[in-house]
Amino acid sequence: MFPARVAREMPHRYRLEAAKCKKCGAVFFPHRLICRECGHREFDTINVSAIGKLISYTVIHTPASQFKDESPFALGICEFLEGVKITAQVVDIAAADIKTGMDLQIEFRRVQTDGHAGVIGYGYKFVPLI
Amino acid sequence: MTRKVGIVGYGAHIPRYRIKVEEIAKTWGADAPSYKRGLELWEKSVPPPDCDAITLAVEAAKRALKRAGIKGSQISSMYIGSESHPYAVKPSGTVVAEAIGAVPFCRCADYEFACKAGTEAMYTTLMLVKSGDIEYGMAIAADTSQGAPGDALEYSASAGAAAFVMGAENIVAEIEYTTSFMTDTPDFWRREHQFYPQHGGRYTGEPAYFKHTTGAAKSLFEKSGTKPSDFQWAVFHQPNGKFPMRVGQMLGFKKEQMERGRLTPRLGNTYSGASPIGLTAILDVAKPGDRIFMVSYGSGAGSDGFIWRVTERIKEVQNITTQTFTLLDEKKVYIDYGTYAKFRHKIIKND
Ligand SMILES: [Zn+2]
Repeated sequence: MFPARVAREMPHRYRLEAAKCKKCGAVFFPHRLICRECGHREFDTINVSAIGKLISYTVIHTPASQFKDESPFALGICEFLEGVKITAQVVDIAAADIKTGMDLQIEFRRVQTDGHAGVIGYGYKFVPLI
Repeated sequence: MTRKVGIVGYGAHIPRYRIKVEEIAKTWGADAPSYKRGLELWEKSVPPPDCDAITLAVEAAKRALKRAGIKGSQISSMYIGSESHPYAVKPSGTVVAEAIGAVPFCRCADYEFACKAGTEAMYTTLMLVKSGDIEYGMAIAADTSQGAPGDALEYSASAGAAAFVMGAENIVAEIEYTTSFMTDTPDFWRREHQFYPQHGGRYTGEPAYFKHTTGAAKSLFEKSGTKPSDFQWAVFHQPNGKFPMRVGQMLGFKKEQMERGRLTPRLGNTYSGASPIGLTAILDVAKPGDRIFMVSYGSGAGSDGFIWRVTERIKEVQNITTQTFTLLDEKKVYIDYGTYAKFRHKIIKND
């Protein structure tokens, strides 16, 4: 199952592709087949900009077993110019230094690995601006 | 009639984590000052567990595209040189090409040749563009290298990447001459299923690094009819801080020509990334008309040589994305040996 899911999620996980409704302009991330606002079925593909504003976060101390070596880690929600909100890990920063309202940028990282021998799931995480 | 080709866009990426020589020496009961003096190196970059050669390559590639001013879909070839490709079987280039949107009409294969795999990728890409078969190609040098715990290599083996968009239009550094100098030299190797490489100790110096680097450099001088004073900048493979300075001085270059591209003292040895990242640091400050002398080295062994001439367009691209010195010197996070051992999977746990 894992390889199929990795491949299916590449457009948004690798390239931050979002769908913009051709009729009403609503933006969806990840993309949808039918617009939730107006029911239209045609979309333009846009890329979410690389910098977002942190609107909320939490620090996870007891994660699911495959993430336990990373504990504790922060999970944040950032809002982007295009109007979408994205949830991802906040890394390369101590939990004490994370502040709601700060700008964070997207970086390409390993998000999940299927054990030592399985496929590597790549995607996005949030890091402080450089 | 041959067409002019060269670098159209470039970019680097370096993880933010650093470990100091003192921290490694303390763990193994070694003398930090003598390591620092011997290697001319005081700290190195460390990739966190969610970074690998592919993720570093993607970030460098995005910066290169930005400077090139083109879209990922305009890239027709993707060659990545590394000795730390995350998969033993499955090309790193597939992931990077997918991430920048270069798929599906994109030639791709991974390159391996110790620390010169990246410059071989650069040469191939330049020649593909020169032949007229492609408009733009991407060449990347990326590594997250490992030294065995307690070995001298552990003090230097680090992580970083450099990416270059090669093309024939909007060139920022035109390629004038290239060369390669290669023999079968058993100075450094890793057999299948071994976790850490082995090296020939003192045999890695004179008959390996110095012979091939000077061999390629002299061939470049001959081909081009140039001498060291014709260049504003020179960058060499830099397994430590000492070797590139010594080889440059042997060839007749001055310290001022070499200092900018010699990043190892505060970056460590980024293997395939070493001279390519040094080149990005030079391009960040180079002026139109400057000439750059570059020689890589990869164990096994061989050196690739390049003479670049910087164009007017360099001024337009230097500041449109993060510069290499910013990545090197800002927002650094220092870690202790325990964290480093965990990051680099040096602690063995049961599954
Ligand atoms: Zn709609």
